[in-house]
Order: sequence, then structure tokens, then C-alpha cells
Amino acid sequence: MKECVGMLLAGGEGKRLGLLTNENAKPAVPFGGKYRIIDFTLSNCANSSIQTLGVLTQYSPINLNQHIGNGKPWDMDRRNGGVTMLSPATGKHGGDWYSGTADAIYQNIHFIDQYHPKYVLIISGDHIYQMNYQSILAQHKETNADATISVIEVPWEEAPRFGILNTTETLEIYEFEEKPANPQSNLASMGIYIFTWETLREFLIEDANDPDSSHDFGKDIIPAMLGQDKRLYAYLFTEYWKDVGTIQSYWEATMDLLDEHSGSPLSVAREDRSKQIYTNEANLPPQYIGETGRVTNSFINTGCFIYGDVSNSVVFRNVLVKQNASIHQSILHPGVTVGENVVLERVIVMENTEIPAGTQVYATKHAEPVVLNQENILEHFSEMEGMN
Amino acid sequence: MDRMMGLINLDQEYHVFNELTYFRNNASIPFAGRYRLIDFALSNMTNSGMEEVAIFVRHKYRSLLDHLGSGESWDLDRRHGGLFILPPDWNDPSDRSRGDLSFFHNNRDYFNRGKANHVLVSGSQFIVNTDYKEAFNQHIEMDADVTVVYTPVAEVRPEHQAYFRIEKGEDSKVLNITNDHRNLNVFTGVYIIKKDLLMDVVDYCIAYHNENLFADGIKDRIGELDVRAYKYDGYHAFINTIESYYRENMKLLTEENFINLFAKPFIRTKASSNPPVKYQSQAVVHNSIIANGCSVNGQVENSILFRGVEVSEHSTIKHSIIMQRCTIEEDVYLENVILDKDVHVKKGQRMIGTTDKPYVVAKRQIV
Repeated sequence: MKECVGMLLAGGEGKRLGLLTNENAKPAVPFGGKYRIIDFTLSNCANSSIQTLGVLTQYSPINLNQHIGNGKPWDMDRRNGGVTMLSPATGKHGGDWYSGTADAIYQNIHFIDQYHPKYVLIISGDHIYQMNYQSILAQHKETNADATISVIEVPWEEAPRFGILNTTETLEIYEFEEKPANPQSNLASMGIYIFTWETLREFLIEDANDPDSSHDFGKDIIPAMLGQDKRLYAYLFTEYWKDVGTIQSYWEATMDLLDEHSGSPLSVAREDRSKQIYTNEANLPPQYIGETGRVTNSFINTGCFIYGDVSNSVVFRNVLVKQNASIHQSILHPGVTVGENVVLERVIVMENTEIPAGTQVYATKHAEPVVLNQENILEHFSEMEGMN
Repeated sequence: MDRMMGLINLDQEYHVFNELTYFRNNASIPFAGRYRLIDFALSNMTNSGMEEVAIFVRHKYRSLLDHLGSGESWDLDRRHGGLFILPPDWNDPSDRSRGDLSFFHNNRDYFNRGKANHVLVSGSQFIVNTDYKEAFNQHIEMDADVTVVYTPVAEVRPEHQAYFRIEKGEDSKVLNITNDHRNLNVFTGVYIIKKDLLMDVVDYCIAYHNENLFADGIKDRIGELDVRAYKYDGYHAFINTIESYYRENMKLLTEENFINLFAKPFIRTKASSNPPVKYQSQAVVHNSIIANGCSVNGQVENSILFRGVEVSEHSTIKHSIIMQRCTIEEDVYLENVILDKDVHVKKGQRMIGTTDKPYVVAKRQIV
């Protein structure tokens, strides 16, 4: 028996991340110099003693499956419990794709049942933050709630973009509004839920039998619970949290890593060893900074050779930056080669791309950062030649 | 099928590491930013396809055990075979074995149970990135009893003194194994031997009260055995003194050497979960090897920083080796220095050694 089983929703495509999710599920997108986005949630589980976890995958799961493996980096290679990858499957009574977040959990009720948990933690693999899930669980028990939803205060003008929870002073939820035009509160749902399993189980079955439901936690399950006067509480989270749903926010979250005062996870991890971020380690040689290399305010990972100028950037493993190249406010994914005299500013370069010598690619200050891969780099290169 | 099993014999290794071996044995001395000396022998063995590796170790092995763990980092956490760390003692009142023979004698089970029919023996101080498949092929083709791996050196250095020299005749036949210091063909400590023969040599050595399996059982019986030589002439280092340790680390700051030692196949080490290196706004780093988890806000030149080192602003580090989790406060100047793990250098300190005699600070000191 496990007190609390975690269910991590990692099946999303992340369409708004454009090229970055061409061959990768959003949770598997590289982030922070050596991690994938999902590592932050997985590490939260490891650091919160959540050792029984189902990872729900659907879109492009191969990278995720290989990355998570038996869960060893997060101490989830357990004989009893540990991590289980849950992709849609067929069974005796057929089977289907996961049609929504609630449906994904519904289709795995038998998986959760085998641990006889009292509580279920529902999280997703596409946010950058550090949270000890034991805190939200403790509040859930204290308030004797049926559901507890983690919320964060967002600026009022941005509230209409979020799922907003209206609460009493004691944080009891009385209303949920998806993207309200005139918000009454600025407490946005972070997509992190604790449910008392017995209650959730009933609502999932009810929801699955409703042909009009979209099978979504925010749109269907939470309103249904409120409609039946269940006890729902908000858990107020006040630390760093970032959704990396768009190229702009992906780039911003990366720049936050470089700011010591942003409170973003890597600076916290350096200070506090109980909040480390874990990943599937590559075991490569250390980085080599050459005679002509110059690196400031940046993160650089193992296996890199740096002979050019790198500033305010994040560089993943096995990247080669040649002489007189200048990389500013950019993100270089694993295996990228940057030729001589290349200039990049506000650019995200995807895995194994070779940037020919002399290429110059900028995104202006207010424009969305440019994403380069081996296919579109040539277009940029010829455009530039056309300009000359 | 012909197969090899591995043996890393740390019992007869000669070394003068002073401060660096106060708290550990020579095989677990940190090297090249994130490795330990033993990683090279271990990785070469697994890169040669060996699935069983044993280590003979007698002293100061807490750090080594911590490093090796289950052998997972080298894919040696196996259901069959894997990593064996073997002690010299056994409760056998009739045991007459001495020297490294007590390891061989008391761990016969390891050899008998292994599926391989040849054993590759290595120390930890010959630093190289290779696999031994070619040497093994030669060993099999020539049906040799023993194949010794040697490397020709350009000049004799002090670290070569401890190694035997190989006198070679036609067809790679070894005529003599000597201490002739003018001979530039240096034995690397690596040899391949038929497993059944190894067991016979163990019996022979114990029968004649010998203490050193290779010197007494193989070198001194060269006429009775078919010993062949295999030449390795790639990038390598012999490390058994502070001076050779410092020099070989510094040599890696030349790109060509670094690539020669670390190109594929990969040398593996115990993985840690450090974030990438953080270069702060005042970082000036040239010609250096930096491992993950470091945070650099000072000047680092021609130096090696191990994992988790912190360099504060206005500090300068030149020609130095700074091991894991050292903290360098502000306004510090270090040149030709080796700081062992967890050393804390206070604000304003200056430490300068020479190229021949680097200044060494032992583990966990506050200076």
C-alpha cells in the first residue's frame, strides 16, 4: 500500500513550441543546459519522496521512454512501486487514445488501484519549478479536502489567460473559471492537484460515462466536484514557477536560469543539495575552454569545446563553438557545431545542427527568438547572402 | 569462444603521492577534472567487451568503494559476472601465500567461475584510452601463453623507473624482461595470460615462497613460457608521483592531447548530478578544463577545475589543479598549486608553487 501515488501527464504535444516539438513530446524538450523539461517535475517527486509514479505518454514517447528508463536517476528503480510508463493500450474490451487529462487517469484506474492509495497527486511534465509535494499533501490532509489545487498569483492583466480559482479567505474554492474575461481573482491553477482517491475515482467513472464531457480536469472534473459540494481547497505557491509553453516563454525561462536572483531552480539547487535536479547523465569528458574562448554569464555543459565568445547563453553537451564566433542570449542544444565568425543573438539552435562559418542570425529585442535546425539554417544562410 | 576477464591488481603498485594518498589509495586519485585513475583501466576493460572485472585492493579503499559502487557507471552491474572487489584474506590455516599471491590464492573462485579462458591483468597507473581487442587478437593468433603490452617512450622519466623493460626478438617473442633503464620499451603493467596457466603460475609461486606473481612467476620464468609482446604506441601517461601527476594533468590542456585521451571510446566515471558550469559576469577563462557544478567569477588560466568548484571574483588561478568542491574566496592568487578535495581558500591568500614542485594542499584544509 502506498499513501500517495503520483500521476505525471506527459502526453501533450506542445504545439506552440513549434519546431522544438517536431519529434519530441513537450516534456522531452531539452532545457537548462543538460536537462529535459520533465526532469524538473521528476526531481520534485524524488525530492518529495514520491516514489510511486505513473508517467502518461501519448505524443512521440520514444525519447521520453529512453530518457526515463527504469527511473534510476530519480531513485525510482524500486522493486515495489517506482516509475511506470503508461501509454494508451488495448485490452480485452478494446482501448483508445487518451482523449483528455481525466480520461488518461480514468484509463489507468487499475494501475492506481493496485497500490491502494489514499491520495493521488496529478502533475504535468511541462513546467519549470521546485515544489515539495509533501507540503501540498499536508495541507490536503489538514483541511480534510477532497481536492487541493496548487495556485500561483499572476498579474491581474494576465489572469484572463489562465484557469482562475475563486476562493474564500481560508482558500476554500467556490468557483473555477477557465480564462475569464473579468476575473474575480488572480489565483491561477498550476495544473497540480491532490485528490482523495476514493472521491476522484467516482468522479472519473461518472465523467467517463458522460458523452458530452471533454474529459479534462479543469473543464470537467473540478466543476463537477464543485457542483456536488465537495471540499476543494487552493494551495498557495509563492516560489518560482514558469510555464514553458511557447518559444518566447521557453527562452525567457532559460534566461531566468542565468539570473542569480530569479529564484529559478538551478540557483536554488546550487545552494540547497536537497533540491538538486536529476537527469539521465551522459558521462562525457569535462568541457574545454580554448585559448581564444571567452565565456561570461552562461551555463556550459560537458563535452563542449569553446573557442569563441559566449555570453548570456546556455550551451548543452558536445557543442563546438569555433573561433571568432559570437553567441549572445542564445540556446545551443546538444551536438551543435558553430562555425567561425558566426553571430547568433536570441537564437535557439536545435540538436546536431551545423551552422556554417559566417552565418549571422538575430532576433530583434521584441521579436520571438529564432529557432534554427539543419533544414532552415540554409534558408537563413541564403537570405543573408541575398542581402549582401 | 575465446574471452577475457579483467583483473586490476593494485597490490604491487609503486607510488609517491604524499598528500594525495593520505585518505585514499592511488587508484582513486582524482584526475582530469572528473575522473579517478582507476577509471581508465576499468573503462578500457569494459570497452574491450569484458563482462567480469575483479579488483585486488588491500589498503585505504573507502574512497575507492564509494567511487565504484555497484559498477553501474561501467555497465558492470550485471546479473552474471560484473564487478568484484576482492580482499586478500581467507580463513585458511594452511595458506602459505605471500604478497599478491594471497589475493590470487584466496580468490581462485573468481577465476574458476568466470566463463572467460584468458585473463587481462592491469594496474591503475598506466593512463590510456584504448580497447585491448587488438592485443587479444594477437594473443590468440600466436597462441601465446602470455602477451605483455609495452609502449616505446621518447625519453626515460622518473615515473618510468618502476616499470620493467621488454627485450623483444622476432615474431614479437619476448626474450627478456629487465630493469635496464636504457631500454625505451616500457612494460605498461598490462598483460594477457591463459587462465589455466595463471592458476598454474599461482601454484608455482606459492610452492617456491614467491611474493610477486608477475616478477617471480612470469618474468623469471621467461624461458619456460611463450611470452609475446604487443606494442601500444598511442597517447598515454604513467602516473605514480606528484610530479608526473601534475605534468600529465597540465599536458591535457593542449587540445590535441585532450582529444587523444578522451576521444571515443569513452572513459567513464561515477556520474554525479551537478548542473552545467555557471560562468558569472566577471569570469575570464582560457585554456582550461572545467567540470560541471563549478561556478566561476574569477580568472582561470591553464588550469583544471573539478566538479563543484567555486571561484570568487578578483581571484586568479594559473597552472593549477583544483579538486572537487573547493571554494576560492575573493582576491586569491594561486599558481602551480594542487588543492585536494574540499579545500577552502580564504580571502586574499596567495599560494605559489613551481612547475617541478607544485604546492599541494591536502583534503579539507582551510587556508
